[in-house]
Amino acid sequence: MLIFENGATGRSAAAQTASSTQVDTHSIPDALLRKQPPALAEVSELQVVRHYTRLSRKNFSIDTHFYPLGSCTMKYNPRGAHKAASLPGFAGLHPLTPARHSQGFLACLFDLQEILREVTGMAAVSLAPMAGAQGEFAGIAMIRAYHLARNDLERNEIIVPTAAHGTNPATATMCGYKVREIPVLADGDVDVEALREAVGPKTAGLMLTNPSTCGVFERKILEIARIVHEAGGLLYYDGANLNAILGKVRPGDMGFDVMHMNLHKTFATPHGGGGPGSGPVAVNERLAPYLPTPLVKKTEAGYAWVTEQELPGSIGPMSAFAGNAGIMLRAYAYALMLGREGMPRVAEFATLNANYLAKRLVDAGYRLAYPERRASHEFIVTLSREAKEWGTTAMDFAKRLLDFGYHAPTTYFPLLVPECFLIEPTETETREELDGFIEAMARIREEAAEKPDWVKSAPYTMPVSRLDDVKAARELDLRYQK
Amino acid sequence: MSQVPKELKYLASHEWARLEEDGTVTVGITDHAQDMLGDVVFVELPDLDAEISAGDEAGVVESVKAASDIYTPVSGVVVAINEELQDTPELVNSDPYHDGWFFRVKPSDTTELEQMLDADAYTEACEEDDH
Repeated sequence: MLIFENGATGRSAAAQTASSTQVDTHSIPDALLRKQPPALAEVSELQVVRHYTRLSRKNFSIDTHFYPLGSCTMKYNPRGAHKAASLPGFAGLHPLTPARHSQGFLACLFDLQEILREVTGMAAVSLAPMAGAQGEFAGIAMIRAYHLARNDLERNEIIVPTAAHGTNPATATMCGYKVREIPVLADGDVDVEALREAVGPKTAGLMLTNPSTCGVFERKILEIARIVHEAGGLLYYDGANLNAILGKVRPGDMGFDVMHMNLHKTFATPHGGGGPGSGPVAVNERLAPYLPTPLVKKTEAGYAWVTEQELPGSIGPMSAFAGNAGIMLRAYAYALMLGREGMPRVAEFATLNANYLAKRLVDAGYRLAYPERRASHEFIVTLSREAKEWGTTAMDFAKRLLDFGYHAPTTYFPLLVPECFLIEPTETETREELDGFIEAMARIREEAAEKPDWVKSAPYTMPVSRLDDVKAARELDLRYQK
Repeated sequence: MSQVPKELKYLASHEWARLEEDGTVTVGITDHAQDMLGDVVFVELPDLDAEISAGDEAGVVESVKAASDIYTPVSGVVVAINEELQDTPELVNSDPYHDGWFFRVKPSDTTELEQMLDADAYTEACEEDDH
């Protein structure tokens, strides 16, 4: 039910009545005034509260359900980090407050820059990008700025493996590059021979996720880095899967020149439902002059913003202010709670949980897309056999999982594996929770074998059953009309 | 198994091409491709009179599962596009080789057609994919 379908004509929440009826509009030209009042919901305050509380209870969230959405790192968002970021001194700080009056805030950002620099093995960090996609954009814009500054004008191609996130080719295109795809081998590694043939004087860079979207660690990364560098290109690290290697291996040591991190994944800030994200970029020495502004520096007189005047090569600001401040503060608190000793444990337990799940699902009859490889923090199950033999697709399994109280894993991604589930349990789940999921998956597989139609018509316990997504996509209907 | 008409030519990326009597070449996507994509909900076609070269992206086909680029197997000028697909993209599912065609090209080099796969080679390529 929409909120517009609640209520009665003329009803309103008491708190809003006084101001809305007393606004003086005489200075607004007649032509600009509405002839009719806006079609807002006419509901009481209690109706509003009940409406949205009911809706929230129909939702799946990390606070209510296991949420093994591959590639999204839906880990627990610690309340301590939230509490720290909500301190009145942070929450009430105006973004235009002069640096000398926001030394505490700047100190936190500076420390966070240092922590991220250290854990990635890079030379410098900018927290400015406000989401992962913006971080990617900043990263490739820096690669472009670097080649242009060297008068190296022929480089117009970015190489992207087919297993990459869809945002990688989109980013390269947005930055004015041509995308050149290279294949991935049957074991999930990049086809190094194809890479060798693809690089040349037109290569601006390579974008790579490691561990890759196939859920496996790119074993030939040092060789890949050498091939790209020898051709004069730079290496971009997509930090989407940083959770798998946090504190264990550093992208800087693998030979990457630039990378972004998703604080909202790896550093446990809330996401899903549209954000807000935060996508800091880290670079090695040669790209440091091009970092997006503002950065925070530490001087003898205290902390201060680094502006574009001080960093003339900068690709510029990414937003009006300094990025998503509340998210950076949460990430900073999270990093401090983990400490140097805690960071590698994130990677260890994320990969342990993934490998435990993978092994137990194989025992239950499921087939892995890369069975000969150890999983990283996530892994791919392919349901093509179940689809062929019983007619039950990955989508059917996903819908049935909802009945068991589990958010479905990522489905049909990466595109190169048919009928797949990309499963990422994260390090914050207990063994009992993982066992419950395994049991549900085992039961659904038995159901699919015995009574496939039952699985094909799921879910049964949700507020709505199977939606007609084809009709929804063909006949988009996004506006409420009376 | 999906249909792979003998008289057509194919790309491993699942486009088909047919040389028409008037010398133009019609392009669409295969039965196997539409089956993999599932219900098609949107099709983007090249502009009329656009000049395209073999291997270029010449459109997009979008289903509820995925969006895929369509590549043109032949170079030339786009002389017709299937405007029916704008309102009834489901034709790609129901009749991929006839009513569900995408665009027609006046080819600048018909030898490009000879470099395409025949029905047997395409079937083999699909089976390799289906690991």
